[in-house]
Amino acid sequence: MIRCQGVSVSYDGKAAVEDVSFEVEAGDCVCVVGENGSGKSSLMKCMLGLLKPSAGEISFDGLKRSEIGYLPQQAGIRNDFPASVYEVVLSGCSGRYGPFAFYRKEDKARAVMNIERLGIAPLRRKSYRDLSGGQRQRVLLARALVAADKLLMLDEPVTGLDPMIASDMYAILESERRAGKTVVMISHDLKSAILYGNKILHLRKKAQFFGPSSEYVNSDPYRRLNGASND
Amino acid sequence: MADIFAFFAELLSYDFIVRAMAVGILVALCAALLGVTLVLKRYSMIGDGLSHVGFGALAVAMSLNLAPLEISIPVVLFSAFMLLRISENSRIKGDAAIALISSSALAIGVIVVSMTTGMNADVCNYMFGAILALSRSDVYLSVAVAVAVLILYVLSYNRIFAVTFDEDFARAGGTDASRYNMLIAGLTAMVIVVGMRMMGAMLISSLIIFPALTAMRVFASFRSVVICSAVLSVLCFIIGMAVSFGISTPAGASIVVANLAAFVLFSAAGKAGLKF
Repeated sequence: MIRCQGVSVSYDGKAAVEDVSFEVEAGDCVCVVGENGSGKSSLMKCMLGLLKPSAGEISFDGLKRSEIGYLPQQAGIRNDFPASVYEVVLSGCSGRYGPFAFYRKEDKARAVMNIERLGIAPLRRKSYRDLSGGQRQRVLLARALVAADKLLMLDEPVTGLDPMIASDMYAILESERRAGKTVVMISHDLKSAILYGNKILHLRKKAQFFGPSSEYVNSDPYRRLNGASND
Repeated sequence: MADIFAFFAELLSYDFIVRAMAVGILVALCAALLGVTLVLKRYSMIGDGLSHVGFGALAVAMSLNLAPLEISIPVVLFSAFMLLRISENSRIKGDAAIALISSSALAIGVIVVSMTTGMNADVCNYMFGAILALSRSDVYLSVAVAVAVLILYVLSYNRIFAVTFDEDFARAGGTDASRYNMLIAGLTAMVIVVGMRMMGAMLISSLIIFPALTAMRVFASFRSVVICSAVLSVLCFIIGMAVSFGISTPAGASIVVANLAAFVLFSAAGKAGLKF
């Protein structure tokens, strides 16, 4: 579905990602793990076309940009933005149409369905700026689900969620996968990455490991990262 | 009550005031719509910068005896795209760069004016507005620009929201966000050039920034902020004009003060917990 070949990203001449090659196949759940500053978000932005790779190539096969649902980190959005939860979630449909997008009945139904699925129906008319961090995360996730016809790209989806809601969220991702969708997810939570992902990409500027999660748990990079996070 | 009716009847009995009102209402409406996006994207400074560039362009055009609007529209449009590029590339440096460009444009305008015509009434009109001196061709141009802005805004509303709220998400979904940024910047440039004649180069940016900020004090959804700022902007324009006519204050300045009053009122209401 997506093939990255020798992808490097650099900011002001400093390399954030170096020579990473891997492939996402339809139906995969690829979890990207690694320490802070290991280039996970940069690589994802690169795959989404938000950053230009300084070297290498990214190619899509049978995938259009408008079929991707992206969950960014919240930092990029203004905290005081006046927008209702419904408006934000519905905007997930905006990539689907031509330059003058008007939403149809099925778009609105889809937005409402995902709002209910994430348990934020009572907040529907509330303003994004009045929500807590965890509530915002669920709103943005609902928007990503609305947008994702084929692929979900999630940058730390469970950050800021309490454990109960986090496990609900993993259940939602599982059901999306059963419905035939592909997931690429950046995760800080190594345990659930191994549990839910069928493939792991371990980054530390360069790819330390890419392969099935069953092999990853016996690899050196896993032991190092796991040791570091247990300390 | 009858007094107020009589007052407005008198106001509207003058042809030039009706013209000014029609153009003013349209420009106020467009400025408010664009303002919501500009304020939320932290592009407010672009509006301010453009009006100064507009003044510089007008001053040069006047001293060379060229048609003022035909010169300033392309110049301001070009600067809008330049300023957008600057603020997209880096936030902090962008701010300073806009300040540099706008004060330089103003300075060049002032020098050209003093070397040629001197500070005559025309120049003063461009700086502080001359709403009652709109010519017939000004009216046609303003109406055309305003209608174009309204149509494009309504058609692109959903995309404009998506790009304003979260540009990265919109881009990731295949929306060409920079095209919408250019659209907003271009429309802003047109509204500023047209509005500058009536509000003055020094005051036009308030027409863009005030209504959006005021509406945001009280309203919680994007749609209600857009609608409220459009209504507020038109109301403040009418109140400002009426005051200006009633007690002979300058029109542009009176409109700004009406907007300021609305802002104070809405801020107080928002602080008191009034939210929609």
